[in-house]
Amino acid sequence: MAYKINASACTACGACEQECPNDAIYEKNGLFAIKADGCTECIGHYDDPQCIAACPADCIVVDKSVPRYQA
Amino acid sequence: MQNPSAQTGMSGMSGTAAGAPASRRIIPIASAHSGAASAGGCSSSSCGSGEGPADMPAHIWEKVKDHPCYSSEAHHHFARMHVAVAPACNIQCNYCNRKYDCANESRPGVVSEKLTPEMAGKKVLAVAAEIPQLSVVGIAGPGDALANPAKTFKTFELIQQSAPDIKLCLSTNGLALPDHVETIKKFNVDHVTITINMVDPEVGQHIYPWIFHNHKRYHGLEAAKILHERQMLGLEMLTAAGILVKVNSVLIPGINDHHLKEVNKVVKAKGAFLHNIMPLISDPAHGTHFGLTGQRGPTAAELKALQDECEGDMKLMRHCRQCRADAVGMLGEDRSQEFTSDKLDAIAATYDPTARQAYRDFVEKERADQRAAEAEKKAGLAGASEKALVAVATKGGGRINQHFGHASEFQVYEVSAAGAKFVGHRKVEHYCAGGYEEEEAMPSILDALQDCAAVLVAKIGHCPMKELQAAGIEPVQDYAHEYIEASALAWFQQRLERRQGATSLVA
Ligand code: SF4
Ligand code: SF4
Repeated sequence: MAYKINASACTACGACEQECPNDAIYEKNGLFAIKADGCTECIGHYDDPQCIAACPADCIVVDKSVPRYQA
Repeated sequence: MQNPSAQTGMSGMSGTAAGAPASRRIIPIASAHSGAASAGGCSSSSCGSGEGPADMPAHIWEKVKDHPCYSSEAHHHFARMHVAVAPACNIQCNYCNRKYDCANESRPGVVSEKLTPEMAGKKVLAVAAEIPQLSVVGIAGPGDALANPAKTFKTFELIQQSAPDIKLCLSTNGLALPDHVETIKKFNVDHVTITINMVDPEVGQHIYPWIFHNHKRYHGLEAAKILHERQMLGLEMLTAAGILVKVNSVLIPGINDHHLKEVNKVVKAKGAFLHNIMPLISDPAHGTHFGLTGQRGPTAAELKALQDECEGDMKLMRHCRQCRADAVGMLGEDRSQEFTSDKLDAIAATYDPTARQAYRDFVEKERADQRAAEAEKKAGLAGASEKALVAVATKGGGRINQHFGHASEFQVYEVSAAGAKFVGHRKVEHYCAGGYEEEEAMPSILDALQDCAAVLVAKIGHCPMKELQAAGIEPVQDYAHEYIEASALAWFQQRLERRQGATSLVA
């Protein structure tokens, strides 16, 4: 499992990108996205996934296409 | 001047809606000679002002005198620009919808052009080259300047390298402020605006649904409590570091309207030099929580009543235009469209620091002149107990230099024996906008100016002149291209003399 950004609701503010402890979030042509293989769900870093807690648009959701992260 | 009616005159003043002693509200230099500055318990550190050199300590005046947002005198001569490099935010406000610019610090309901720090640095240089009045660059969003610290401080660094004469300022909700005071000092930022809508978390929980702090999201009362503590700590740290702090508050009827008096007291005690109370702008179309729940904004009268009430404690900013986060130009105008990214390089290449210095020297002289002219006119009014509101059409420079039909806003001054005090601006539709829309624009202009006794313009056409007269507003062209304050007082004096000539009719 990882997280993904619902691009239609994202305002491209970059708040998530600044918070990610794994630098798993990137911007390309004004759109933000999460690299599924870089996202650790913040396990080992913080209690809560930082991107979700920081996102003012509440547009980050579980990416079910990816298996759950194993620490 | 000796005058037996001085007593009754004073009591007449204090009985007005304004409520504040006259000595606290006057603008110009003359008050220093009349001793008014020391009257009324105006302690030097708390009497910060948007007005003139006489009613604030020298070190604060030195810092704000060329800042269009902080000095209502400077806003005639100097321009500001905002660069929108800070899109992220770390709190949620009920009057905000993330699709638009931050409503705390910018014009609600608009979207600013997002810039990288590098583009912002270039844009500043281009604007400085084209507009010699540019004295201040601010970062006010579209999110929170300090929720994007890397971008904000990189921008400051670039500006400092290329145009060191420009002053820097930033706006923040205060949550991240204590972490950045050292860096703010390092970059010589001398003005910081903190938006403080409450000093009681019980009130705050109705304004802020959540905050993101210390790697966690907090909600409700807990969130408001943390935000409040961080705001107070940040304010104290900044004033201890000698950095000027202005406080913005959004007036939300039914939520913090009565509470803002308490906010005013607290922030003044902690060293803020200016308090700017702004109206909530609420519109369901903006999709904000308040917009959707039908929370209304305050009426102009409610806003003024609160401003008047708080002004006894501290000077307030009445010329704030709630600019957008990418605004460029003099207050009340926006030239940002002239500086789109494709043109920046060419314009930036013409940057010339000596031309900018020459402009500042000119303004310095002009302002001294204007204050002297006003002081002279004011002396002639000593003892008059009346006051009146006067609207002025101006393009800047502190002069009455705009055609009635070209004005998109009028500046309103309160004239009395205490001087000419800027009290606000009234936006209107251009009378001459579309050529044929004059008839439609006029009623709204009359409405906007209905409490003014006169409107001072460079020129005015025959028809609008008649309509103004019919509405009891005197159109005055006699002071075309002259100084605003001195002219307003001269007009007022004439009116008093005319009245005296006709006293037999009306008491
Ligand atoms: S959950 Fe954590 S690691 Fe994954 S993208 Fe979000 S911030 Fe990065
Ligand atoms: S924080 Fe949310 S709105 Fe902002 S860029 Fe990330 S996903 Fe988009």
